[in-house]
Amino acid sequence: MQIRVIPGSGAAIYRQIADQVRRAVASGELSIGDAMPSVRELAKELVVNPNTVAKAYAELVRDGVLETQAGRGAFVAKRRNVFSKAERLRRLDEALETAVSAAVLLDFSSDEILARMRAKLDKLK
Amino acid sequence: MPDSAVVRTQRLTRYFGCHAVVRDLDFVVPRGSVVGLLGLNGAGKTTTIRMLLGFLDPTRGTCEVLGTDSRHLTPQTRCRIGHTVEGHFLYPWMRVRECERFGRETHRSWDGSLFERSVRRFGLDAEAKVSWLSRGQRAGVSLASTLAADPELLILDDPALGLDPVSRRALNETIVEFSESGDRTVLLSSHLLDDVERVADRVALMVDGRMLVDTALDEFRGRVAAWVIDGDEDPTREHSMPGLVHCRSLGNRWHVTVADADEKTRQAIEQWNVNAESVEVSFEDAVLAYLSRSRVGHSFYTGAAS
Repeated sequence: MQIRVIPGSGAAIYRQIADQVRRAVASGELSIGDAMPSVRELAKELVVNPNTVAKAYAELVRDGVLETQAGRGAFVAKRRNVFSKAERLRRLDEALETAVSAAVLLDFSSDEILARMRAKLDKLK
Repeated sequence: MPDSAVVRTQRLTRYFGCHAVVRDLDFVVPRGSVVGLLGLNGAGKTTTIRMLLGFLDPTRGTCEVLGTDSRHLTPQTRCRIGHTVEGHFLYPWMRVRECERFGRETHRSWDGSLFERSVRRFGLDAEAKVSWLSRGQRAGVSLASTLAADPELLILDDPALGLDPVSRRALNETIVEFSESGDRTVLLSSHLLDDVERVADRVALMVDGRMLVDTALDEFRGRVAAWVIDGDEDPTREHSMPGLVHCRSLGNRWHVTVADADEKTRQAIEQWNVNAESVEVSFEDAVLAYLSRSRVGHSFYTGAAS
């Protein structure tokens, strides 16, 4: 996967890195067990301070997106729930809110939106 | 606590005539960090660097580099400090190859392959004469000469001044590579905020000879918040606002930057009874707010966090 960072934007560079990895895992571009570049490699590639990359990785490990294996580096982790039920619900609501408001703006009825949503979920199974 | 500070100043002050150029600087550079030293021209960055290197005596206060008072740096300690000056001075009649030999013969330790690698990154030919080189290429030679001596502490005074985009990238890559081992330290003065955001992990920000910010870069970002507020008049003129850094006009609205905003700040804004929208703050926004602030002062320090 190709990570890009843009200095001068509203999101801190470590956040940009973490978000892009998260997105790549969610979209399937990165699969479970894939090796991540080392902190040094990625720092060099992106031309950013190594501590910035280390901070992004630490956050991803904390959130269960990556796991580290001693001496071998960081890998995409098996999905597991590190969040409480309440936190998962909060994140789900947040994600749905964006999707729902975009869908409503496009003038779709609730039934149409639900049908599309169901079709998408069925595809994942 | 073992001293993890590579640079430490205490109430460091320097006058030129009756004008204080550096005032009461308490500043620490932790080992392994890359510190971006920011400030407008004339804020005292170069004077501070000159005092650190022992080229200029403080009027008051002290500064230590690698555990030694800067006024008494021995050649042994100086060997451990690499330093480039603004404008990257080199002898114009030398060839790049001769600069390498000059460095080799004037430094205790010398890594010729590192010199070559650095020079190549800037797209330089060893036979080229210094007087033919562009500013960016001269920066490459000067940086290569400094790095090849394997310093523990690298002090770069505005190295990016006037560099073309390719040399700027080469400079950033060189700094990242130098710092990756984690035990070498960089103090970098610069006006290029995007580059500082990339390569640095700490910010030190000087305004009028005083240091207003000395903290981790992400912490600095995280502690600065901003609102866009409707109104014809500057809202901070009538109302007091704790932690105000800067307020500037955006047409009919006002962009208000605040440090360490908390519930009280939000309540204060609510009480103004105006339309206020919280906005994202980029690193550049945060630095510019500090550099252009005209009235109220607010500063924060955090000690070396390691």
